[in-house]
Amino acid sequence: MNKEGVILIAEDDEGHFELIKRSLQRAGVCNEILRFADGQETLDFLFVKGDGPTREPDKEYLLLLDIRMPKIDGMEVLEKVKNDSELKKIPVVMLTTTDDPRTIDRCHKLGCSIYIVKPVEYQDFAEAVRKVGLLLSVVEVPQIDGMPKAKGVVK
Amino acid sequence: MNKDAVILIAEDDPGHIELVKKNLWRSCVGNNILQFKDGQEILDFLFKRDDKAKRGERSFYLLLLDIRMPKVDGQEVLRQIKEDEELRKIPVIILTTTDEASEVDRYYEMGCSFYMIKPADYNKFMEAVENLGAFLSLDGVRVPLINGVGAS
Repeated sequence: MNKEGVILIAEDDEGHFELIKRSLQRAGVCNEILRFADGQETLDFLFVKGDGPTREPDKEYLLLLDIRMPKIDGMEVLEKVKNDSELKKIPVVMLTTTDDPRTIDRCHKLGCSIYIVKPVEYQDFAEAVRKVGLLLSVVEVPQIDGMPKAKGVVK
Repeated sequence: MNKDAVILIAEDDPGHIELVKKNLWRSCVGNNILQFKDGQEILDFLFKRDDKAKRGERSFYLLLLDIRMPKVDGQEVLRQIKEDEELRKIPVIILTTTDEASEVDRYYEMGCSFYMIKPADYNKFMEAVENLGAFLSLDGVRVPLINGVGAS
């Protein structure tokens, strides 16, 4: 992943977010990291809606997505992202405590890149994210161009 | 990754296959590996058109896919997999020497999970596959069950 690429982390648990961020950095990932506390914030950012921060054109993004989140859950975020002709290119890594075959099946059908169950132990969790970081350091991520159709609300 | 998941490698260069297998193994990836030397072979396997080597009724797969291959290239393989209701669930990681930016874009649009460029330098290539292996060896990585139905 290019150094200018931005890693988006949709995670409602602040402790988990801090752990993910630190573990990525330990793997040598020095990309900008943005956090979203729920699915709504994530969608607003990507679809350029609302008053909060929104994405910029011609940038690389990768999304680490939790499933159980307030307001809008990760499955719905995944579905909306993968149904948009431009945003569908964003690699989405599911990072969740949900270890249910039906959910795993559904997420892959919708088009997630990979599905990872968060290890329960702190150390294992940190190590798992470090290895996600190692993977990110050797893959290419596409630029997301232009703006999505649903940009009507932008001032 | 699920212990019962099978890693499929579609790659026409025997040297690259050996290197990939060796480094996955070094990263403690214990999954079974099946190799295919061109795009036709992997499609025959997945779509069960081959009597000798075809996929099982209920299995878990992840595919490492080269782009430039004889008979059918990786782009066509990816297209056919992602257009099938059932097979589209298989995570496909592109492993290729082509590095045009427009290509990266197109493959993600078609639904690849990740796009990885094989470094020309031997040691860097080994390191890249080791990183991939470290990731795939994670207990938490889950690939979905692929059923027999859906593919003709």
